[in-house]
Amino acid sequence: MRIKLSVNGTEHALDVEPRTTLLDALRDHLKLTGAHAGCEHGVCGACTVLLDGAAVRSCLMFAPQAEGSAITTIEGVTPGPGELSPIQDAFCETHGMQCGYCTPAMILTAHALLAGNPEPTRDEIVEAISGNICRCTGYAQIVEAIALAAERMRGANRPTEL
Amino acid sequence: MKAAPFSYSRPADVDEACALLAADDGARLIAGGQSLVPMMAMRLARPTHLVDIARIPSLSYVREDKGAVAIGACTRQGLVERDALVAKCVPLLARAIPCIGHAATRARGTVGGSLAHADPAAELALIAITLDATMTYRAGGADGELAARDFFAGLMVTKLPVGACLTAVRFPVWQGERIGVGFHEVNARRSDFAFVSAAVQVALDGDGKAKRIAIGVGAATETPLRLESAEKELTGGALDEKKVTEAVRAALADIEPLADLHASAEYRRRAAVALAARAIADAKAHALGSKARAH
Amino acid sequence: MSESHFRFVAANRRVREDRRFVAGKGQFVADIDLPETRHVALITCPHAAARIKSIDKRAALKMPGVHYVLDGAELAQATLPLMTGLDTPNVPRRPLAFEVARYSGEWVAAVVADTRALAEDAAEEINVDYEPLPFVLDAEQALEKASPLVHEAHGSNVLLDKTFVWGEVDKDFAEAPHKLSLRVKWGRSATVPVETFGVVASWDPWRDILDVWASIQMPRYPDQIAAALKLPLSSVRVHHDVDVGGSYGVKRGIKHTVLAGYLARRLGFPVRLIEDRLENMRGGDAHGPERLFDVEVAYDNNGIVRAMKMRALENVGAYAGRSPFQLGKPIGAIVGPYKIKSVQYRAIAVVTNKTTQEAVRGFGQGPTNVALERMMDEVAHALGLDPLEVRRRNLIRHEEFPYTIPSGSEYDSGDYHTVIDKVLADTPYEALKKQRDALRAQGQLAGIGLAACLEPSGGNATFEALLNPKITTSTFMDSCRIAVDGGGAITATMHTTSSGQGHETLVGTVIGEVLQLDPELVRVTRPDSLTSLPSGTPVGSRMAIMLGGAAFHAAQKLKAKLTTIAAHDLGIPFDRAVYDKGSVHDRDDPANRRAWADLVTIAHRNYHRMPEGFEPGLATSHVMQVPNGGKLPTPDGRVQMYPCFSFEFHLVLLSIDPDLGLPRILRYRVGHDCGTQINPKIVRGMTMGGIAHGIGAALYEEFAYNDEGQLIAQSFMDYLLPSSHEVPAVEIIDHETPSPLTVLGQKGTGESGYLGAPAAMANAVNDALRPLGISHNILPLKVSKLGDMIADARAKSGQ
Repeated sequence: MRIKLSVNGTEHALDVEPRTTLLDALRDHLKLTGAHAGCEHGVCGACTVLLDGAAVRSCLMFAPQAEGSAITTIEGVTPGPGELSPIQDAFCETHGMQCGYCTPAMILTAHALLAGNPEPTRDEIVEAISGNICRCTGYAQIVEAIALAAERMRGANRPTEL
Repeated sequence: MKAAPFSYSRPADVDEACALLAADDGARLIAGGQSLVPMMAMRLARPTHLVDIARIPSLSYVREDKGAVAIGACTRQGLVERDALVAKCVPLLARAIPCIGHAATRARGTVGGSLAHADPAAELALIAITLDATMTYRAGGADGELAARDFFAGLMVTKLPVGACLTAVRFPVWQGERIGVGFHEVNARRSDFAFVSAAVQVALDGDGKAKRIAIGVGAATETPLRLESAEKELTGGALDEKKVTEAVRAALADIEPLADLHASAEYRRRAAVALAARAIADAKAHALGSKARAH
Repeated sequence: MSESHFRFVAANRRVREDRRFVAGKGQFVADIDLPETRHVALITCPHAAARIKSIDKRAALKMPGVHYVLDGAELAQATLPLMTGLDTPNVPRRPLAFEVARYSGEWVAAVVADTRALAEDAAEEINVDYEPLPFVLDAEQALEKASPLVHEAHGSNVLLDKTFVWGEVDKDFAEAPHKLSLRVKWGRSATVPVETFGVVASWDPWRDILDVWASIQMPRYPDQIAAALKLPLSSVRVHHDVDVGGSYGVKRGIKHTVLAGYLARRLGFPVRLIEDRLENMRGGDAHGPERLFDVEVAYDNNGIVRAMKMRALENVGAYAGRSPFQLGKPIGAIVGPYKIKSVQYRAIAVVTNKTTQEAVRGFGQGPTNVALERMMDEVAHALGLDPLEVRRRNLIRHEEFPYTIPSGSEYDSGDYHTVIDKVLADTPYEALKKQRDALRAQGQLAGIGLAACLEPSGGNATFEALLNPKITTSTFMDSCRIAVDGGGAITATMHTTSSGQGHETLVGTVIGEVLQLDPELVRVTRPDSLTSLPSGTPVGSRMAIMLGGAAFHAAQKLKAKLTTIAAHDLGIPFDRAVYDKGSVHDRDDPANRRAWADLVTIAHRNYHRMPEGFEPGLATSHVMQVPNGGKLPTPDGRVQMYPCFSFEFHLVLLSIDPDLGLPRILRYRVGHDCGTQINPKIVRGMTMGGIAHGIGAALYEEFAYNDEGQLIAQSFMDYLLPSSHEVPAVEIIDHETPSPLTVLGQKGTGESGYLGAPAAMANAVNDALRPLGISHNILPLKVSKLGDMIADARAKSGQ
């Protein structure tokens, strides 16, 4: 069936079987390969994208269900070729990853968290990422990345002392 | 893990949805999909036609309705989680919702979807039973109603008629001042399906005695339980620890708990006793600490 | 950390690989998109054991988009069985079951279709007629005479039964005042990466090359592919620039690759096999050890353990590749960090009708450490001594290194007592005990768990020769090539895939250190297997030592070349030429110098200024043998295994809710010594991740089977991976005892945390349960089981 998906601010017309998940539509049809398949049954969170700003599991949606929503992938939060957003840069600063497979999902989850809560406690960060499994890092440097990103983003718009 | 093929419709209203269900034996409703899609990915569920009701406007709301809070079946759990009316008037629901899955599943999962799925460990099923909620549905052009105690038939099975679409759930609001809630779960990991859960709502009188108490236990048996004998035993009393434990233990003595990879039957029974007692203690403390509510 | 005399090594530099990962621009195998690629889905056996009577492909082949159905008979005709480690010719292993399927989930046929979804649709239409056979699931039952045989032709279920005696074990046992025995079970689990295994294979008939992209972590991968497919090794081109989404040992994928490679050649288009999670869990052959230890120690009144007897019984699953060697690697640290004088070790590997095992992080060391550490705690309690004090008395002392253990390995260096002291300075032991006692007074069960464990690192897999005398491998290599091009840019190569260890950063940092140039100036690339030098791949916690070492030596050679060219052009003897940050000057006349650009020009374009007969250009390489290696076992089974030994000391405070059996980690400290840390951010990440894996293995993860041989934990709903809630905040206290054997004093850290955490958790849980008289030595330590045991104990004591 023909569907329209709004991804990273652009409308795309796709011809997909209804059973195509949003994850597979993004990866196979739009070649946005930053979202990853880890389990395809909604537990690991590696497939996380933002749907109208909320982190959701793209493996648990069929593509037609996503019509009419604004979808954001990791490609959509990357400012430009070779450029990193404050959250992405914070993840590099703390080494909040190793193999990189869960990383786009973690970063998008961080985006959703910080959009609604610019000053999260450690517990709130831990809760926010508890739906994203990482097998490499033991989570410590990921939590630190999100805390660092929050701190930097809070400082970004403050007027400097004269 | 790709689902078996199906066709897809997005009806504009409930009657159209019901008509689509009636037209095809293999048709199934989808709202949030957080329970259905994994089953389809594993090919344990193989609907030939998916009827997407998630965006039917008349199915998504939270509102006051004659002494109850009515929630449209397709209201996202995340919305209910943040709803001020629910927090004020159905505190047990507000207390339990953050324990459902993860934020990412609550962003999509719906209240009605979880109830219709009827997983024994589902928090919403337990709250519905504990608070004597009422489920409304539409089937063949007519509305119907089922009390929560009549709604859950068994493991993953409800008494919704074939071709019905759940439309809303109504949670009665307890009037009065000193109302408290308690909710406990035990699972291996924090966000897993509970091995056992317990939900309690209590209203205390001026002397701090239980005027009214509702005790529910979930995940231990195929459908959530009300501990009616314990409720009877404890009404009018001060809810002291020893009496509470005895009453709860007696109420659970004859249940046949589920046993699986994660927990033995006897574990579930013992944990049910412990969690129910803790939930009652929490509810009592909450009620004693709560300010007067204006309704 | 000690003050650093390095410029770039030991500095907290960013890991260069992270840049592409945060943008979602890693190249994982599922991202490889070749035109005309077809997709594979597997048909799996539902029975624990069954004869395959017939496979009806007709309905499947009629479906649109379906190209081929491959069965075990065809594949067995066309390919050779997969390489195994032990000498067991009657236990062949093939990608698809041949005549008999031997575990539930074993791959029986493969469908090839235009899409993965169509392949799955077609797989459902394939009818296999099975005749179920008797099966065995338990390792002890598999040993019995009456047990069903997993492989008839082998005559028994025993793949390996070897006993080693190092030292005067019987005498030491006879003379010791005390003995203690214990049974410890390590449940079947694995490190289960978030990315499953996947491979894309493409055959080029015009060049006779099979191109392979895979999410792989496997020594001799091209070799095994070529052998099975009966191709010359130089016809297999493995692409190393695939990012691997975590492996921690398990991604060996050889049956997947042979399957895909065969199909690619047979069908003439690229073939893609990406396991879905169900295929992975049941039939990906990526399960880890399932080991039963019977340990006995002989000790004196002071708690000094003199001698040990250990029997390790491994439930290997239905087939065996390299996995039985996981019984052999722990021999290289069989006494842990302790001065145990004599050891008897019996290693038994049996086949059962369970999923085939593969290598897991630590290669058997983690389970062995649980047995050792539980035993040390039991010795302490038998004597009424403090477990920490017993450790102190038994640990090898700093001044005793290098220390040779009874099985023949020499431990390079260590300062175990100092590491422990540092942890206790941070978290005083008495205060921790008070905290535990206060929790107990409040009605909680609470316990302190210690573990003092080694991480052998560096490879040197002489356990192969030890367990299979037909193997005479004593060479374990890695390599690095560096070229400075005509424009003066530096490019280095590494010759394997990585799965998150930051190897590109490692290579850049080491080369930068030697050349005294910013590591960011060093580009690191990964040539394919046809253009690579030998690499043992990232196993055995070896890459810091081996790849770091090779990069170091290659850079030293480059530095020497530059210095030689400069000295000649300056007209001075070599020993007066001083290399300084890329340029070279005369020690006696510093103004007389040649800058980097000059030297590049001379080397690439001015042969008339080069030393006589000198190789032009600026390319060097180094292939390195493992330090302290190169020997085979002695007749009495003694041999050096891994060269370098890192150390970790875990200290855990844990409570258990007595009504629910629910454990909660309250404090977690770990002292860690891996010698020089080349990149502290990477080292910390490794340890934290290892601890998370260890907590998973200790409390949550199990490939559980029912009595019918069905894997009931076959999805992530039942195989429970620790989330951020389950991994507590961990404080790592670092110490550095450099290795005398390595170029920078570095030891490996790829398995840190995982090797000690399960032992610490097991000891903490047992300490918590001790007041109830419970001893529980079966991992994972599950909530329900703990709850049931506590309830039984309370009932018995009348509570």
